Amino acid sequence: MTLFRNVVFLAALAGLCAGLVMTALQVTSTVPLILQAETFENAAPEAHEHGAADATAPVSSEAPAVPAHEHDEDGWAPADGFERTAFTALANIVTGIGFALLLVVASEFAGGITTLRQGLLWGFAGFAVFTLAPGLGLPPELPAMPAAELLPRQIWWTGTVLATAAGLALVVFGRASWLAIGGIALLVVPHLIGAPQPESHESPIPEGLHHQFVVAVTVTNLVFWAVLGVMTALLRNRVVDDAVTARPRLA
Amino acid sequence: MIMTTSTLAPAGASVETHTQAQTLPLMMAALLGLLVIGFVGFSHIEAVHNAGHDYRHSMAFPCH
Repeated sequence: MTLFRNVVFLAALAGLCAGLVMTALQVTSTVPLILQAETFENAAPEAHEHGAADATAPVSSEAPAVPAHEHDEDGWAPADGFERTAFTALANIVTGIGFALLLVVASEFAGGITTLRQGLLWGFAGFAVFTLAPGLGLPPELPAMPAAELLPRQIWWTGTVLATAAGLALVVFGRASWLAIGGIALLVVPHLIGAPQPESHESPIPEGLHHQFVVAVTVTNLVFWAVLGVMTALLRNRVVDDAVTARPRLA
Repeated sequence: MIMTTSTLAPAGASVETHTQAQTLPLMMAALLGLLVIGFVGFSHIEAVHNAGHDYRHSMAFPCH
């Protein structure tokens, strides 16, 4: 279990660091845009009149009062402000550790991340797999933006991540040239299939705001993955040193 | 020998048995990572969804 313990320990530290950096980046870049989008989301349904006609209005006129984005309707949600930010930080740290586990495991199969440059390259690979490729078909969305059914999108997202990871691995580690060609094909196929799209892209969100959001999400994720890769490189040497000096001959 | 000392598993066995012994713990660690990401990023549970709302948007996970 030493290897498992070392991997989890390394991933926990690297994920914690990257998650904290990511939270700071999100609080200053993406979250303000999400909050701004929510003002459009909340404003849109209120556009209909609550005038004197209310008493005689048909029941259906109440329907638009349900926002397009209705998950806040029931169930617990964190209060705005500190609590909401705290949960965002928690999600960043927890999934940062999750991504770090995948990064460390994948890189260990290829000999491990031993230098900062390798850390950056593995980080870029993670960025390509988890942000760039799925983001081509399903660009980052703001609240109140139309989208296709959730489940088909989650399936496409997962399939794209798997195909991109396998494709990159074949291109980089494939020994024969046909493997590299197969790798390129795997990178392309999800986009030939195409991500599930909404029937209409009409939305109350201004295009400029959405564009700003897409850039912010992509760049913050790039930094997150670079930090994750670099932290893995820095910490891995310490973990290995400790393990080796503490139990030089215990597998 | 250089390879074994640079892996996360402490040095010891030969390269072949080393690699075999590594696969299971590595796969377990990867599975743990997938479960964590799946739970936070893909959960359909209302409270988990709401707690991670800004996170999911900021990571461009499919949301709503």
